[in-house]
Amino acid sequence: MELSQHWRLKQQRYSLVGEICPYCEGKIFPPRDICPDCGNEAKTTFQFNGKGEIYSFTTVRQAPAGHEENAPYTLALVRLEEGPMVAAQLTDLDDQAVEIGMPVEMVTRKLRSEGERGLLIYGYKFRPILKAA
Amino acid sequence: MSKKMNSTREIIILGVGMTPLGEHWDLSIRELALEAISAARAEAPQVRPEAFYVANMLAPALSRQSQLGALLADFVGLRGIEAMTVEAAGASGGAALRQAYLALKSGMIQSVLVVGAEKVTDRVGSEVDAALATMTDTDYEAIQGITPTAQAALLMRRYLHEYHAPQDALAGFSLNAHANGASNPLAMFQKAIRPEQYSKAPMVSDPINMFDASPIVDGAAAILLACRDTIPANHDHPLVKIAASAMSSTAVALHDQPDPLVISSAVSSVQKAFEQAKLSLEDIDLFELHDSFSIMAALSLEAAGFASKGEGWKLAADGAIALDGKIPICTFGGSKARGEAGGATGVMQVVEVVRQLQALAGKNQVSNAKIGMAQCLGGIGATAVTHILTHFKDH
Ligand SMILES: [Zn+2]
Repeated sequence: MELSQHWRLKQQRYSLVGEICPYCEGKIFPPRDICPDCGNEAKTTFQFNGKGEIYSFTTVRQAPAGHEENAPYTLALVRLEEGPMVAAQLTDLDDQAVEIGMPVEMVTRKLRSEGERGLLIYGYKFRPILKAA
Repeated sequence: MSKKMNSTREIIILGVGMTPLGEHWDLSIRELALEAISAARAEAPQVRPEAFYVANMLAPALSRQSQLGALLADFVGLRGIEAMTVEAAGASGGAALRQAYLALKSGMIQSVLVVGAEKVTDRVGSEVDAALATMTDTDYEAIQGITPTAQAALLMRRYLHEYHAPQDALAGFSLNAHANGASNPLAMFQKAIRPEQYSKAPMVSDPINMFDASPIVDGAAAILLACRDTIPANHDHPLVKIAASAMSSTAVALHDQPDPLVISSAVSSVQKAFEQAKLSLEDIDLFELHDSFSIMAALSLEAAGFASKGEGWKLAADGAIALDGKIPICTFGGSKARGEAGGATGVMQVVEVVRQLQALAGKNQVSNAKIGMAQCLGGIGATAVTHILTHFKDH
């Protein structure tokens, strides 16, 4: 992927900015300008709060080119509080066991380094929400 | 009006061919395609196809080769023919056959050659994984390090969790595939496996183990189709008719599915196929589904209606999917044992259904097979193509 491809996506990647449908009020992430539920135009920006829970997860051992340095890493589908689901890596797990239903929150981390110029791609990952002591 | 016009235009399969699946270090994609095409055309040597569709997904990424339509047409002696590549990831094969079906139904073309060809082993390791990851949503999945295997793992964990299925619930799919592959001379793996081997297999991407994931290898398959009027007078192979051809799509990304455990494209394409063929579940004698991962076999059985939601795994556990079961699947080993050849898989499945209906399946024969269904999926089911095939008697 090239610099411009990543630059275009920085809003949603850095801060989980999506959209809300003015017709059916469905929350949309990633943004797509047409509501997938009702088919109407949906360009109103919506800021997700970054909290959600694990819908499913797995560990990737055999990483694709560009992600080898992170392997093994844990991937999850996260159901955001506002409804939509996102795919993301989990981070800051330390020794914590991951479970379906576990509450998580978004953080910004390096996703991968790209190409000979060493372009660093940042974006969202999710980490466990620490239980109050 | 068009429906009426087309109803008399029956689409017949005149010849099929297929290479062994495996790591063909000595063969290029051209040579693989030629081998399959030569075999298919040898079954109806009088017919020179008027169009040529190539099913392929990985050549641009792995072989730095696009425009396979023209390239392969030229190489196999069909220079000048109308030719193109059809790409829909793992559903490319079904999609190419669907385009052939539409072209023939249109009446503008009388015969079509379809080839599915894939050359994977020119690259190794992370490069192949990165190429495969292009069938996910690049901006929102691949960037996170997701691969098709990871997608399937996310589905399988959720499936086992949501339906309270045991850890080895899907073992039966792998056991069945390997049992059937054992007697298929074209299969990548020709050896049955024992349940203990499955339960002790190393994890690839938990809970997906080595026996849940199909090997991605080289191979090609070809089908020569024509309208009924084009059947040569002296044709001496049992004829098979395409009774239905249906294709549907949904979002590419797993996170964009309203319910990831329902392959909505498969549900819809099967429904359309049954409507076209005026058939129902009970009529299907065998089902070549797309077991790229064992979880996809369970979800495909549920999407087609052979099992209700969350119950697909039980068909594998109780033997219903065996050659002598209620609904035999992966009768030549499926992607798991025959081998998964990306965009070529959908063509291979149809070749296998044809052999079953021709009663030429040898030790893999489903007895009294009259109606067969084939369904291939792109990735975790963003695309689904379903074909129903039946005997055809030319009167
Ligand atoms: Zn809406």
